[in-house]
Amino acid sequence: MIEALSFEFIQHALIAGVLVSFTAGIIGSLIVVNRMVFLAGGIAHASYGGIGLAVFFGFPIFFGASLFAVVAALFVAYITLHKRHRIDTFIGLIWAVGMAIGVIFIDLTPGYNVDMMSYLFGSILAASTEDLYFMTALLSIILFVITFWYRDILAVSYDSEYAALRGVNVKFFYTLILILTALTVVVSIKVVGLILVIAMLTIPIYIAEKLSSSLFSMMFLSGFIAMFFTISGLWFSYTYNLTSGASIILVSAFSLGVFLLLYKNR
Amino acid sequence: MSVIEIENLSFTYEKDIVLENISLDVYDKDFLAIIGPNGGGKSTLLKLILNMYHSKRGTIRVFGKAPAKNLSLIGYVPQNTNVNTEFPIKVIEVVLMGHVGSKNPLFGYGKDEISCAMGALAQVGMEDFSQSKIGSLSGGQRQRVMIARALCAHPKILILDEPTSSIDIQGQKEIYELLKLLNQSITIVVVSHDISIILEYANKAAHINKRLSYHDISDKENRFHTHKQGEHFCEVELLQMLGSENCSTCDTSISSVSKSVDGKRKDLK
Repeated sequence: MIEALSFEFIQHALIAGVLVSFTAGIIGSLIVVNRMVFLAGGIAHASYGGIGLAVFFGFPIFFGASLFAVVAALFVAYITLHKRHRIDTFIGLIWAVGMAIGVIFIDLTPGYNVDMMSYLFGSILAASTEDLYFMTALLSIILFVITFWYRDILAVSYDSEYAALRGVNVKFFYTLILILTALTVVVSIKVVGLILVIAMLTIPIYIAEKLSSSLFSMMFLSGFIAMFFTISGLWFSYTYNLTSGASIILVSAFSLGVFLLLYKNR
Repeated sequence: MSVIEIENLSFTYEKDIVLENISLDVYDKDFLAIIGPNGGGKSTLLKLILNMYHSKRGTIRVFGKAPAKNLSLIGYVPQNTNVNTEFPIKVIEVVLMGHVGSKNPLFGYGKDEISCAMGALAQVGMEDFSQSKIGSLSGGQRQRVMIARALCAHPKILILDEPTSSIDIQGQKEIYELLKLLNQSITIVVVSHDISIILEYANKAAHINKRLSYHDISDKENRFHTHKQGEHFCEVELLQMLGSENCSTCDTSISSVSKSVDGKRKDLK
């Protein structure tokens, strides 16, 4: 294992794993406390349309996926704020339509034969330097946002009605949380793939929620737990030559099971 | 001095008339109880006062201005404070939310804000729980925290929507005792179903069922039949009296109501 660390792709994978773990930990906490898990799932699958678009037109995958994910997030924000009772229908819609657009664009791309499985199940071992820049930039933006607007975000998440009464712009912060969710989903796709992204955004957070007494500690504890899962999942994947994304998720799920057993028998 | 003035207010929600031609004055240091059936428009009226809903017909004035201009003078304790109890948040953070929207430091909380929030917690007797997770408190304790959050901004009016709907009897009494204490310095408006309890503490009552009928009940001891030790008022009697829309002089309707109630009591025996 130690000699593996000398490979550049392993180093990249580890750095990407740490960056994405904290991104997913912070934003995942917001997703869970705001009950947006299903919304995040819809956005993740819709972003596949952007991947197809990027492949077809030959621009960077991250850019295409981010574009689609953010548009999906804005759409979801609009629906939640204006037609809340129909939200599940519309999530189902963007979920399926996004995937379909992606598949069609990839069909239309002449001579394209890259394994699309890597977007479905992750390809952290193929993380490039540009990927790392993108991840660092996103984590910096997220840290900035939660540092300066922590109390507004906390107020909106805990009790949006009261926050509105106190003059907090609830619509703005709700939309902001969804846009950050969209971008987080895009970087998480690199690590675990869009099928598994929901697990990455919920399992570590669920454990952290039980152990935290504030949103802030929940965010960072989630980050550390996600990092632990990602690195041990990577080790597992490397040692037994298994798909990295699926290994990370199964390590997480197994740990969650152990945690819940111990937590119940405290 | 009236702190809230409502004149000829009507409100429709998706073509349904919720409130019709409501007029109401709330005076300084009043303890106003708003009662009425479910769907009668009680919560809607509160939300209109709090500027969460807007009506095109009629006017609301809070301290002589439109509600939006004087929101900081109103403290609000919402209904259903038992939802979202899994949320990882400390009691002190919930109370500090009362400050959101005013000038804040760049990050974290100012010392003055924290001491203010601790003061509000002390007012409701919850200062020992400031570092507890909100979900670990009982329903009554959580309600006290919500009252502290409303007090954090030093309001002149405190509005509570069903503050005791999910609290045990002892807890309900404690909440109302607390409100009675706070009433010495601020005006209190409470929406509630607990008629007998609220009428022990309120000095004014408004019954809302689309329309409003208003009653000064500050001398209720002299007016109503009370049960043993003068503690419990007859709810049937009160409901009928307060619900009758054309009650301009309460005394006449009370005598007729009490007669009919007496008649019913005999029937029951």
